Amino acid sequence: MSLWEYANPKKFMETTGWLLPWLTALTALTLGGGLVWGFFLTPDADRFGSTVKILYVHVPSAFIAINAWVMMLVTSLIWLVRRHHVSVLAARAAAPVGMVMTLIALFTGAVWGQPMWGTWWAWDPRLTAFLILFLFYLGYLALWAAIENPDTAADLTSVLCLVGSVFAFLSRYAVYFWAQGLHQGASLSVDRAQHVADVYAYPLWLTMAGFVFLFLTLVFVRTRTEIRARRLSALVARERKAA
Amino acid sequence: MSALLLRDLRLAVRAGGGFGLSLAFFLILAVLVPFGVGPDRERLALIAPGILWVGALLAALLSLDRLFQLDWEDGSLEALATAPLPMEGAVAMKAAAHWLTTGLPLVALSPVLGVLLNLAPAGYVWLPLSLLAGTPALSMIGAFGAALTVGVKRGGLLLSLLVLPLYVPTLIFGAEAARRGAEGLPALPVLLMVAAISLAACAALPFAAAAAIRVSLR
Repeated sequence: MSLWEYANPKKFMETTGWLLPWLTALTALTLGGGLVWGFFLTPDADRFGSTVKILYVHVPSAFIAINAWVMMLVTSLIWLVRRHHVSVLAARAAAPVGMVMTLIALFTGAVWGQPMWGTWWAWDPRLTAFLILFLFYLGYLALWAAIENPDTAADLTSVLCLVGSVFAFLSRYAVYFWAQGLHQGASLSVDRAQHVADVYAYPLWLTMAGFVFLFLTLVFVRTRTEIRARRLSALVARERKAA
Repeated sequence: MSALLLRDLRLAVRAGGGFGLSLAFFLILAVLVPFGVGPDRERLALIAPGILWVGALLAALLSLDRLFQLDWEDGSLEALATAPLPMEGAVAMKAAAHWLTTGLPLVALSPVLGVLLNLAPAGYVWLPLSLLAGTPALSMIGAFGAALTVGVKRGGLLLSLLVLPLYVPTLIFGAEAARRGAEGLPALPVLLMVAAISLAACAALPFAAAAAIRVSLR
């Protein structure tokens, strides 16, 4: 029993097919529960009023936006090294999810920033880094869409993902050097003191888990779609050859 | 390698090359910006290093799509792939030719355009210096982007989209070095950062770009 068994599309389809209903239910439970808890059962904060509740969407979506790219980096590497198709299809499946999460984080940040900072947008390091991350997602998806041969596209997007990761990392430190920020530091942390009062932190952890499950569910569904699309195009190609 | 470099240089300088285009674009930008923001000398001096850096970046971007595209279309890229010269070397030479025909002239032209934009006196040293340190990175990153999109028909827009976020760190440090230099602040550490990005790009990206071209030629 090893992880690489799931590189077999058939095995992957079987396992995820069995896993998906449970994962969906878990997502609904944690995300729904966390959001209801956060939105309706916590008090308004002193200085922030009810805008504090944007936190429950903003923080998890930003967390997923970054980690979706990390996941794409890992799966792209696996594709380049071991040539498992499921791996690169998972990277392709994660990209739009990550991009939408980036947009959600930017949008909720703007909605929060307007009453709190008095501006929708500032060239703050964190905001800028997210805008650049959004451009990376956009370029990655555009490259996938532009190339017809699926294996060529997989190779080129994987190389882009590797090089892009280095530059995304570099950009993150470059923008910190370039501008002083309005954005506060990390809200949640496993090993350091909390910056968020417990009454807000517990539902936040729950929505974080909910977003992680949501991400997994969406990536599995999209990867399954990609695998089926591959099978379909293989069948069509075979028919055409036979005819 | 030198034969390839000379061939690319000749192609770029003779008719149909992108040699004059980038310089003309740089000139147009520097002439048009004062019309856009007004002739106020202090304001121009404030934005001069940043505008000239953005102009250099866009001018480099302008000529990128012909870096591999023409060789791809007439098959000489395939000939290069079968040549004894490794593809990494060929990519590095192509990027070097691109730099010699766009980056280096831009460096030479930047002090002249600095006059138009009322650049501060110290800027005449630091702006060309920062461009000299940063433009190799622009050419090399651009060559990587061009290698990724070589098989794409009319890939110019895609190329710009791919290269745009990759250019961000170089632009930030480059423009910052020029700005600090122009304002008399210590600019050397930032300049070294730009040079580090250039050197790292020239050391690592030929491999990524060559891998991309090999995939496209497969």
